[in-house]
Amino acid sequence: MNNPDIISHTTGRSQYLDDIPVLKNTLYGVIFGSPSTHGKITDLDLSAALVVPGVRRIFTHEDIPGKNDIGGIIPDETLFAVDEVHYRGQPVALVVADTEQAARKAVKLIKMAVSELEPVTDPRQAAAKGHFLIPSRTFRMGDVAAAWDACEHIFEGRADTGGQEHLYLETQGAYSYPSDNGCIRIHSSTQGPTLVQKVAARVLALPMNRVEVDVARLGGAFGGKEDQATFVAVMSALAASLMERPVKITLSRSDDIRMTGKRHPYSADYRIGLTGDYRIVAYQLVMYQNGGAAADLSSAIMERTLFHSTNAYFIPNTEVAVHSCRTNLPPNTAFRGFGAPQGMFMIEAAIARAASELKIPARVIQQANFLKDNDMFQYGQVAMDVNIGKCFTALNKEFEIDKIEKEIAEFNSRRTIYRKGMALMPVCFGISFTNTSMNHARALVHIYQDGSIGISTGAVEMGQGVNARLARVATGAFSVAPERIRIETTNTTRVANTSPTAASTGADLNGNAMLIAADRLTGRLKDMASQLLNCAPREVSLQEERVLVNGEQTELTWEKLVREAFLMRVALSEIGHYATPVIYFDKTREKGHPFIYHVYGTAVITVLLDCLRGRYSIEKVLLVHDFGNSHNPDIDMGQVEGGIVQGIGWMTMEEVAFSKDGRMLTDSLSTYKVPDIYSAPAVLECRALGTEGPKFALMKSKAIGEPPFMYGIGAFFALQNAIKAFNPAWTPDFDAPLTPEKVLMRLYDRNNQ
Amino acid sequence: MVTFILNDETISTGKPSGSSLLDFIRYDMGLTGTKTGCREGDCGACTVIVGTADGDRVTYSSAVSCLMPLVNAHGRHIVTVEGINAGKLSAVQRAIVDHSATQCGFCTPGIVMSLTAESLAARKTTPETAIASVSGNICRCTGYKSVERATETIASALADKDLSDPVRWLVDRGELPAYFLSIAERLSMISPLPPEPAGVRGIGGGTDLMVQKADLLAESDSVTYIEKNELKGIRADNGRCIIGAAVTTSELGHSEMLKKQLPDLSSYIQLIASEPVRNMATVGGNIVNASPIGDISVILLALNADVILTDARQERTVPLKDLFLAYKKLDMREGEYIRHISFICSDDPPLFSFEKVSRRTHLDIASVNSAISLRMKGDTIGECHLTAGGVSPVPLCLKKTALFLTGRTVSSETLMQANEVIQEEISPISDVRGSEEYKRLLLRQLFFAHFLKLFPGRLNLKIDEL
Repeated sequence: MNNPDIISHTTGRSQYLDDIPVLKNTLYGVIFGSPSTHGKITDLDLSAALVVPGVRRIFTHEDIPGKNDIGGIIPDETLFAVDEVHYRGQPVALVVADTEQAARKAVKLIKMAVSELEPVTDPRQAAAKGHFLIPSRTFRMGDVAAAWDACEHIFEGRADTGGQEHLYLETQGAYSYPSDNGCIRIHSSTQGPTLVQKVAARVLALPMNRVEVDVARLGGAFGGKEDQATFVAVMSALAASLMERPVKITLSRSDDIRMTGKRHPYSADYRIGLTGDYRIVAYQLVMYQNGGAAADLSSAIMERTLFHSTNAYFIPNTEVAVHSCRTNLPPNTAFRGFGAPQGMFMIEAAIARAASELKIPARVIQQANFLKDNDMFQYGQVAMDVNIGKCFTALNKEFEIDKIEKEIAEFNSRRTIYRKGMALMPVCFGISFTNTSMNHARALVHIYQDGSIGISTGAVEMGQGVNARLARVATGAFSVAPERIRIETTNTTRVANTSPTAASTGADLNGNAMLIAADRLTGRLKDMASQLLNCAPREVSLQEERVLVNGEQTELTWEKLVREAFLMRVALSEIGHYATPVIYFDKTREKGHPFIYHVYGTAVITVLLDCLRGRYSIEKVLLVHDFGNSHNPDIDMGQVEGGIVQGIGWMTMEEVAFSKDGRMLTDSLSTYKVPDIYSAPAVLECRALGTEGPKFALMKSKAIGEPPFMYGIGAFFALQNAIKAFNPAWTPDFDAPLTPEKVLMRLYDRNNQ
Repeated sequence: MVTFILNDETISTGKPSGSSLLDFIRYDMGLTGTKTGCREGDCGACTVIVGTADGDRVTYSSAVSCLMPLVNAHGRHIVTVEGINAGKLSAVQRAIVDHSATQCGFCTPGIVMSLTAESLAARKTTPETAIASVSGNICRCTGYKSVERATETIASALADKDLSDPVRWLVDRGELPAYFLSIAERLSMISPLPPEPAGVRGIGGGTDLMVQKADLLAESDSVTYIEKNELKGIRADNGRCIIGAAVTTSELGHSEMLKKQLPDLSSYIQLIASEPVRNMATVGGNIVNASPIGDISVILLALNADVILTDARQERTVPLKDLFLAYKKLDMREGEYIRHISFICSDDPPLFSFEKVSRRTHLDIASVNSAISLRMKGDTIGECHLTAGGVSPVPLCLKKTALFLTGRTVSSETLMQANEVIQEEISPISDVRGSEEYKRLLLRQLFFAHFLKLFPGRLNLKIDEL
């Protein structure tokens, strides 16, 4: 089944935030962001801005009735700067005017005097100065110090990954208006309606029940609207509440890129030790996470980096540390993969380095170290139902990796201006919020008296297809036609205290909650039917809009059954609550069972490199992915394809650039390039592993949002191999992304000769 | 008053003529299917279709409405996604649905409009042309593979398209609302805009100015070049190619006459902007924007083109290479505008090559671009023009290098020595498009690429030994 929105998407009828018809008297807000990277505010002159025709009011921290605190996990972030600014673009004031144009004009007339302080943008520099956002954490297993002695080969070095702009096509936005009795209604483009509600209540000094947040759909999010939709929503709520008028804020693209955080850049020092038969027996990693100016979700992201720092490999002795460094950049935030891609890149870099030194293909090392059943993850969870080996075997059988390698070697031996390169990218990704307490959800299900069904959950539709999955599961659970199901907007008054739609858990958590509600409702309806048909409830079943008794069709239809139940005063609404069982984690020991299951897969990526121009294209991505028992193949494949291309973008052309003094250099689509249709891999073939699927996945169909992103990491190493084929003297370094500039410089890097 | 047909409705508006069509569509007309993504023509979410009267027919092409000044809509048919919904899904929409080629849906109306423009075009639609039509549409969700699959379905649905009248063909099949058949007649009833008052600066396609000065233009009444016929058209005159300043980049790419001079022109054009932007961006605009990296300027410089300037009273001719004085500074006087560009048109055109490398191959600004035109005189290089962008404050004519090459044989030794002259002649700076070091290396490579391409098999240049 397709996305239920698909027809309205293609006819342009789907409403996004900026499409909501505006109420009369609506005002428009534009944010004044700090022009300085780091400094003390000595003066803020609003006089010229205030007299711009149409300007109604300018808000600063002084106007906040509650707390000037929007931190999601740690209270270290203000809505409006007070005495100091910590990054360029940090919100200082909000201009509210009759038109957006007037507000924008006024913003340009705000003068802020700053006594400049030294900016720090590099995480290692920040660490050297002791600037940390949160305490550092280390995961350990075995005894690394003792293990080095047993190693035949030891390699160490440095690896870096860059940031990544989410570039959701719909920028951040919110539209708030006052409702009765001092309440406020917020339409927000957020993945976390409850977070917006909670923070708006805190800032406005209102109880949460006075703040309603409603989300219809997002025009893309990818993690960028998990925490960072909040400030925009809260500002519009603040202005709407204090001015008692509707206030809309839609960020311009450049404001959005300058003001919001990105994927965290990481810098790492690795040390890897192998036996003579290429088994990795020791791995040590120190990572510097560039967190930006406030904690945002950095602590949770750091945690997932630790969890995934050995990717799909079993390494008996590890010591992995992450320092979350405070820098003068916008607070970095969630982005598909949530720290895991950075951790996986580091281990793949260490393996590639070892392979390069040992003059063997990296895949020899990769294959020799795949995780197996009953191996222990470094966080104490015993690996079960491990499918990485099976994925690799299936991949090899389907696509014959030897043959691909041979073809590439043969091609490269012709010494044209082109070279090809190949890399294998295995992925093991844990499913569940790593913060155990977030793994719960609720679903409110109404059966209306005409037989139609309305479902509200905490899941936010952002293109990932959660509504399609919920609709399909509901169709099955009630045995009704798909037309009877309506997935409602996500609204905090219908479903409260929700976790954000994130961590690939949206369908599992909310779908399972819905199934619990559906089970109770169908139970009551079956009781009703047994009374109407004079049989035992256990003899009753529902199938294709009909009531069956012992498998035999009866005259009782779904509609009639619902109507009878309504007249008999049977409750036709239900709330299901689901909390993921089994999982726990003990942070004092850094051990536990944080994931309900893992997703596995393996990809081969090949690239074609024009060594004259330094230009490249991704030729093939061939993969076997463990979907479990895929419930919506179209949606799952869409996530695979989209995730891979986004991952390739991160590793190749997408480069977030700041000047040394912290000015964003890539604040537009003409400077920040994401893949276009010609950048997509020429061939992308994905096979399903074909497994039964874990019982706690919704309908045994595994979570799909994030894992495929990390196949894209293979593009980096495939490109490296192509460069190496052209310039054998080059010693590979690990500084992602590998842009055309970096590629050309490395193709002709003769320093090592 | 700007008057045009928006979908099925004739609209007259007194809004500032420099304000963007996108804002008018969304906020004045409430047609929210057209989305705001970037306001610089780089995402395609705001793509609409523009119909221009052509005799008793209307020809349609895609445009990014964010960069289209309202005045450029005058006398035209502007079609948004709401204007193509005919009760049932069109073949384009059906293909998107069938291939699940939409996820969050925000880019989808733009993709639908680009593909609909392709189906309205009087050319055969192949999967390749369909993909080219959406090359300016950024989708952050799907990874494009499902969009590619949809283009195949669309191409086969359009296999029998009547190229003599695609509009009628689509209407007859219920693929397009019937009102499209009345548009030509209705457009003919819209009077042209009165001539602009003296002293009012014109705007071309808007693709640079609407990015740089959107807020200013939104309040101003500017005039369009497009309506001036004298600035349109590509023609031959007295042994020269004459290109009107308001000729669009697409028109440049489709010109049969230019293709005779530059056989690989279409492949160069594919590297410039995207289809909807090419449909709007003018040759004159590319020159007066004076970007040091302007693709068309770099090509025209290598053709040793002249620019004919006028202030409506007097005309003067300036060699293009002398027009660029300094960064963004032109030898143009107050009130002057470009009328046309001309260069020698020959039955035996010189060898020509254009190279461009950018971070992303398509729809991106070059890190370095370069063009060369040369004639061989026996075994040695005769007349030669070598140009490069991104390596100096202006689009650069590498005169010393060209002089060095003249009279020499084509050999790897010549090229290596010429590169040393190049490196003396250029002064690249490190910026967001690349470091100085990279730009120097890249220009060397592109220079070699010209010769490897123009003299296949004749050079003993081993690039992996450089």
